[in-house]
Amino acid sequence: MKKTLSIILAAVIAASATAALSGCGGQKEDKGEVNVYNWGEYVANGEDGLMNVIDEFEKETGIKVNYTTYETNEELYNMLKNSNVSYDVIVPSEYMISKLINENMLLELNFDNIPNYEHITDRFKKLPCDKEGKYTVAYSWGVTCMVYDKTKVKQKPTSWNALWDESLKGDILMFNNSRDAMAIAMQLCGIDPSSCTKEDVDIAAKKLKEQKPLLKAYVMDQVFNEMENSQSAIAPYYAGDIATMLENNEDLDYALPEDGSNLFYDAMCIPNCSKNKENAEAFINFMQKPEIAADNCRYLRYGSPNKEAIELLEEDIRESELTFPSEEYLNKCYTFSNVPDEIYAYMQEQFVKIQAD
Amino acid sequence: MKSKKPSIPYIIWMVVFTMIPLVMIGITAFTDKQGNFSLEPFQKAFFYTDVFLKSFWIALLSTAISLLLAYPLAYLINRMKKSTQTTVIMLLMIPMWMNFLLRIYAWRTLLQHDGPLDTALSLLGIHGTYMGNTAAVVLGMVYEYLPFMVLPIYTVMGKIDNSLIEAAQDLGSNSFAVFRKVILPLSIPGVISGITMVFVPSASTFLVAQYLGGTDDIMIGDVIDKIFWTDQNTGAAISLILMIFIFIFLILMNFFGDEEAIA
Repeated sequence: MKKTLSIILAAVIAASATAALSGCGGQKEDKGEVNVYNWGEYVANGEDGLMNVIDEFEKETGIKVNYTTYETNEELYNMLKNSNVSYDVIVPSEYMISKLINENMLLELNFDNIPNYEHITDRFKKLPCDKEGKYTVAYSWGVTCMVYDKTKVKQKPTSWNALWDESLKGDILMFNNSRDAMAIAMQLCGIDPSSCTKEDVDIAAKKLKEQKPLLKAYVMDQVFNEMENSQSAIAPYYAGDIATMLENNEDLDYALPEDGSNLFYDAMCIPNCSKNKENAEAFINFMQKPEIAADNCRYLRYGSPNKEAIELLEEDIRESELTFPSEEYLNKCYTFSNVPDEIYAYMQEQFVKIQAD
Repeated sequence: MKSKKPSIPYIIWMVVFTMIPLVMIGITAFTDKQGNFSLEPFQKAFFYTDVFLKSFWIALLSTAISLLLAYPLAYLINRMKKSTQTTVIMLLMIPMWMNFLLRIYAWRTLLQHDGPLDTALSLLGIHGTYMGNTAAVVLGMVYEYLPFMVLPIYTVMGKIDNSLIEAAQDLGSNSFAVFRKVILPLSIPGVISGITMVFVPSASTFLVAQYLGGTDDIMIGDVIDKIFWTDQNTGAAISLILMIFIFIFLILMNFFGDEEAIA
């Protein structure tokens, strides 16, 4: 009985294997695959009348995309460092890019395979984290700013100080993320966050401790619900996301701090565990096709570094100060690119301590 | 002699997914960033004593409230018709098919300013936000873990031999005496496993406090989550301490369980 069963099983396996093989041979040509590891909800996905960018890429090139997502730069880093999974395209933020470059974890790009690179504006070509522009193709960028409820905050805020406003006690939200929270506090204390020391972190931590009794909560994604449903008065967040909130609640408005804020960007890179480098470059190139980049920008509402794509955008997006702050404003902003590991770890530790205290 | 072969996959599973990770957490907790032996992670972990205490307090409170709610419920369900019992247990289980984060999100909406609860209570002239405090966190926990308290108690009560109850009645016990002398002692094993199943996950849970609580409501699970971003050693040390406390708690529970069984 057992024997017959195993014979049948073997036959089934053999049959399906040949079927699979012939199936492959039947297709025109196997172009291989590309393993993309990106932020969650970070490409146009076919909703709201936009393209499904991943499907389009597969259709155009015949390369199969294995698409997975992460929620934090640290999660990405830990996957690259501690697992055997191979990724071909990743989209880390500026500070993580400098860390990956320092640790030799990125491959140099072959720009012959990425002709669309010429569409990138100069500001985003040689990024501070990759000064020679060898490893990165900018994907999107933005600034941090404030969103507030006009029914609760009478005057348009002009500085981060509004987040320390005693009269709004219990109605203020704050970033639940050490880097962004610390940067705001540092700016208020006159410290340049892009070159901060441990002492600077201590000063900022003190400032954040003063703020804690005034806060309603430390939030990240919950900020959408809080602000869109008029639950809180004011919150700092990423400008592109604030544009989305504004569409969902008429009472909301935004305020850019006059003395500048944090300019952040994410760029596409190829990690050194990549096994399909050419396909990866094809993917990066595809993402910088003007119409693709434009749809991603419509979806994300974060700034696009692609000047041809910007031309294709509707005027209200192109003119929006949230998606595209002026060049003048950007010059006042700082970027977090080269904060050493140990300072960042110290920042994180101090931030957890503020919350635990 | 019975063959041990069928247990081999389970042993491999245990080694790979329980033993090795435990050893790795142990090693990480006792080393510094460079991988040298160090007690620094434990020193750092001491900073979070208050958070530990708060987490245990929230967990104890949630467990106590769950028990108070679950015990009568389990008792009532057991006295229903068999078919009704199945339906009620089913109704208890259905919410658990949904992702727990979604349910916590729903609680936010229910408790928020101008939310359903607020609207209802403002008819009575009471107005406010019912979220952002420790009570909301406890509420979220009780909601989350109540089924884990009901099910074991219900199961154990269902197994109580009816003839024991009849015997007690024949010997002249009123229904309170029947409950106190027969049902309560015999249902203790269910209570013990219910307490364990609620206390352990609620002491180590994360996100619930962040979603429903205010700035002061942070639990040890949240601290571990955040510390792990940049400092795995301290994170491992805190996890280890948490595990030790839970282990002690389990031993204590076991001890009570055995006592009851003897008596």
